[in-house]
Amino acid sequence: MQFDSFSAFLDMGGYGFYVWLSFGVSAALILALIFSSILGHKRVIKNIAIRQQREDKLRQVRKNRKNNSINSAQEVAQ
Amino acid sequence: MWKWLHPYANPEVSYHFAGRVLPWFSALAALLLAIGLVWALAFAPADYQQGDSFRIFYLHVPAASLSMGIYLGMAIAAFTSMVWQFKLADASAAAMAPVGAVFTAIALITGAAWGKPMWGTWWIWDARLTSELILLFLYLGVMALHSAFEDKNLAGKAAGILTLVGVINLPIIKYSVEWWNTLHQGSTVSKMGKPSMSIEMLWPFLFCFLGFVMLVTAVICIRFRSEILARNSIRPWVKTLVAAENK
Repeated sequence: MQFDSFSAFLDMGGYGFYVWLSFGVSAALILALIFSSILGHKRVIKNIAIRQQREDKLRQVRKNRKNNSINSAQEVAQ
Repeated sequence: MWKWLHPYANPEVSYHFAGRVLPWFSALAALLLAIGLVWALAFAPADYQQGDSFRIFYLHVPAASLSMGIYLGMAIAAFTSMVWQFKLADASAAAMAPVGAVFTAIALITGAAWGKPMWGTWWIWDARLTSELILLFLYLGVMALHSAFEDKNLAGKAAGILTLVGVINLPIIKYSVEWWNTLHQGSTVSKMGKPSMSIEMLWPFLFCFLGFVMLVTAVICIRFRSEILARNSIRPWVKTLVAAENK
């Protein structure tokens, strides 16, 4: 251990402000990068799922419409 | 000879491979950085000239070398994608750009916080500092191009051209301290031959450096996986995977 006390550790031989500024800003940037990467991964999955649901719904609507038109055509024929 | 590599050209195989190695890189990063940073802050000796401000070195140097290393990786990926039309390479280049930008910013900020007590100024427009700032702008430009086009192949091509043109900046950063007069000191951990550094300082540095390398690799794995999914969203394997994740 290079420091006699905790306050000496914080003081960093008079350079405390600069040392802790460096370590603080770096930690903040790295944590922000990690969290944005994890959240970004979840967002990509969610967006794909939303688009998937929309496409499924569209397909269902189209299918129903086709069935309905066939049914009505049959009614007309009868 | 290179046949073992072929399966990894498949996005699905690469996606799962990156997912499998991710916990290992994360655990190694946490372990190495925990040891390295505590060692650097509390146990490494103070520099005989610079005192305890020297402890910024343990962040500044790994961040600065990684800012250049990630750029080199990105340039190799861009080149691969351009010459062999290898689409996964674009995904990896897009994954690397934001990580490189963050580490360039860390190198610049810790450099400023180290420069103020040692040189008496936060910033000076000399060759080393200016070329590193240009590196940050190159990263930001590459990120902007990757998100500027709806068509990801087109975006990858545009970003790749900028990446390859920007490679000229790397030797300029590396040799700027030798080519021009500058306030910035020469390299301490010399790449060739013996490092001009005492062993008590070198060990914590190696832990920090390797820890940051592992951290960068882990974050790139996460982003690489997102890029693969986004680029292959209409493939059946992505659809089943997304359906399973949302249950």
